[in-house]
Amino acid sequence: MLEVQGLRKAYGDLVAVRDVSFSLGAGEVLGLLGPNGAGKTTTVSMISGLVTPDAGQVLIGGSPLLGDTDVKKRRIGLVPQDLALYDELSALANLRFFGSLYDLDSAALERAIMASLQLVGLSERARDRVGTFSGGMKRRLNLAAGLLHDPDILLLDEPTVGVDPQSRNAIFSNLETLKARGKALLYTTHYMEEVERLADRVVIVDHGQVIASDTLAGLQRFAPAGAGHASLEAIFLALTGRTLRD
Amino acid sequence: MSIRPILAMVRKDLQLFFHDRRAVIMTMVAPIAIASFFGSIFSGNNREPAKIAVAIVDQDSSPISRGILAGAQGDRNLRVTTPSADEARAAVKRGTVTVAVVIPPGFGDAAGRAFFSAAAKPDLTIWFDPSHAAELGLVRGILTEHVMQSVSAEMFTGVQGQKMVDETLQRLDRTNLSAQQQTLLRDLLQSARKFYNEPSATAGSNGGNGSPRGGITLPYAVKEDAITSGENVAYNGYAHSFAGMCIQFILFASIDLGVGILLERQRGLWKRLRSAPISRVTLLAGKAASGALVALLTLAVSFAFAMIVFGVRVNGSLAGFVAVAVATAVMASTFGLLIAAVGGTPGGTRGIASLSVLLMVMLGGAWVPSFIFPAWLQRLTVVIPARWAVDGFDAMTWRGLSLGAAVMPTAVMLGFALLFGVLAIARFRWEEA
Repeated sequence: MLEVQGLRKAYGDLVAVRDVSFSLGAGEVLGLLGPNGAGKTTTVSMISGLVTPDAGQVLIGGSPLLGDTDVKKRRIGLVPQDLALYDELSALANLRFFGSLYDLDSAALERAIMASLQLVGLSERARDRVGTFSGGMKRRLNLAAGLLHDPDILLLDEPTVGVDPQSRNAIFSNLETLKARGKALLYTTHYMEEVERLADRVVIVDHGQVIASDTLAGLQRFAPAGAGHASLEAIFLALTGRTLRD
Repeated sequence: MSIRPILAMVRKDLQLFFHDRRAVIMTMVAPIAIASFFGSIFSGNNREPAKIAVAIVDQDSSPISRGILAGAQGDRNLRVTTPSADEARAAVKRGTVTVAVVIPPGFGDAAGRAFFSAAAKPDLTIWFDPSHAAELGLVRGILTEHVMQSVSAEMFTGVQGQKMVDETLQRLDRTNLSAQQQTLLRDLLQSARKFYNEPSATAGSNGGNGSPRGGITLPYAVKEDAITSGENVAYNGYAHSFAGMCIQFILFASIDLGVGILLERQRGLWKRLRSAPISRVTLLAGKAASGALVALLTLAVSFAFAMIVFGVRVNGSLAGFVAVAVATAVMASTFGLLIAAVGGTPGGTRGIASLSVLLMVMLGGAWVPSFIFPAWLQRLTVVIPARWAVDGFDAMTWRGLSLGAAVMPTAVMLGFALLFGVLAIARFRWEEA
């Protein structure tokens, strides 16, 4: 469903992403891991059309993504790391606005809004101002805003940052539901246990390059010697080192 | 290009605008309040003008100096006091008196002699407040009139004049004049002496203008006719002040538009917008449309207030007024896009943009009419869009001009809008890493 081929992006002398390739199928969750500055967000930005690659291409359903107005962007839903919501407006007004960007007619939009709110458990708070929401509620609404146009591919950039365990668990349930509906989920995070719980496959990037790509079981070959069955975090640290990446 | 995303952006921006009470007050109420104040100052209603505070120190106490004092005290433009020299100087220093005039001892005698001959002219000392340079010119002109009137009146009909004629007759033989000139001047002065000896000549001293006692007066009367939109239509200064203040606050609102885009980017909202399948032009068009609507709303509310409360009228073309208003609104909103395109941090951008808007409205004649600027500055202001907006609104309101007079301001502002829009698209940071 999503194929990333040889993506490269440089900012002056700094090469943020170099030759990154991977694929993602329907009903699959792919964990994209990497230390700070490894190129995860730049990669997600190129897939969602926010950044133009210097080289390589993004294929959606086998066809390359071309330009700002390419209709294939409708198949992608972005859940940015920032809480990209208007605090001054109600949850309903936020979703109406973001849904309208995808040219949904009124009836379809209202149905999509209700379905999204129900999925993330915010139907009762639809008319409340987002500014009155807790961090966890905002995160769930942030997710709902990315689902309105019923995308096949969901790009989730650290969707659980700063939320309590209850909200995190609720988001996991939402994502598992979406996976069960056949959605392809690209999930970036620093929380290894989330990837262990959700992901079918993992891509680890560092210094802009893919350094490992496999299933959780397959990644065991990168485990430190003599560690037995290693945790994902141990494998991650073995691959990327323990040097601080401030 | 679908219209639905643009409408959604406009609706969302209007919701955000009306949610922000500070923005509503700044955009709707502030221009009305400040325009009302400026309008009351600059309105051409037939109210008594503020009098200039003048101190006259009469150290001469001659008929001429008393005549000057009386003339100045009767002038409708002056509020005259008669303190001592020290008090007058101190009052100018404090700013309670704008101009102080010192008539020195012997002024009357010396002025009389200088009036008929090449004798040395006496000094009239003037102390003035340098912050009121414009009033100094006015006082100097008024004083000239009263000095000439008083000196000539005294010379032609007063005791001092008689004395001067007698003295001149006695000294006539000692002058350098030719014999023929001496004869002619003697005849003139003897005729003047006979005139003084007539009982009716000195009766009713300080007579009205036109009598000999009145001295030299201005040989004309001014008939003033303000050229406005029509016969018997008074100039309404509120029309100009509301145009100027509306433009100022519309441009301030455009800063909010530009900074708002930067804040949306900072908060990650722009990522959502850019990830949707809509073009860059659509995104900026949506922003420009909401900015232009807020600007039009500001103009509509402000001018409606001016019409209802201050009697401002669109005495020219209504279509021209609407055209100027729409062009102003579009120009302002695209200026907001340009601010977002060239701006860095929201805070820093607001500071620089505020300064540029203040310069723009100041040079555009929004605060005070641009005709008071130096000629070179007036020529320079044609590159200021606010100047065209002010001129366009003036033309369609109190000047009462036809649609043709709105064409140039409208076209120039739309040209500025196009320039701002193209620059914004070219300079906008579209990449969202």
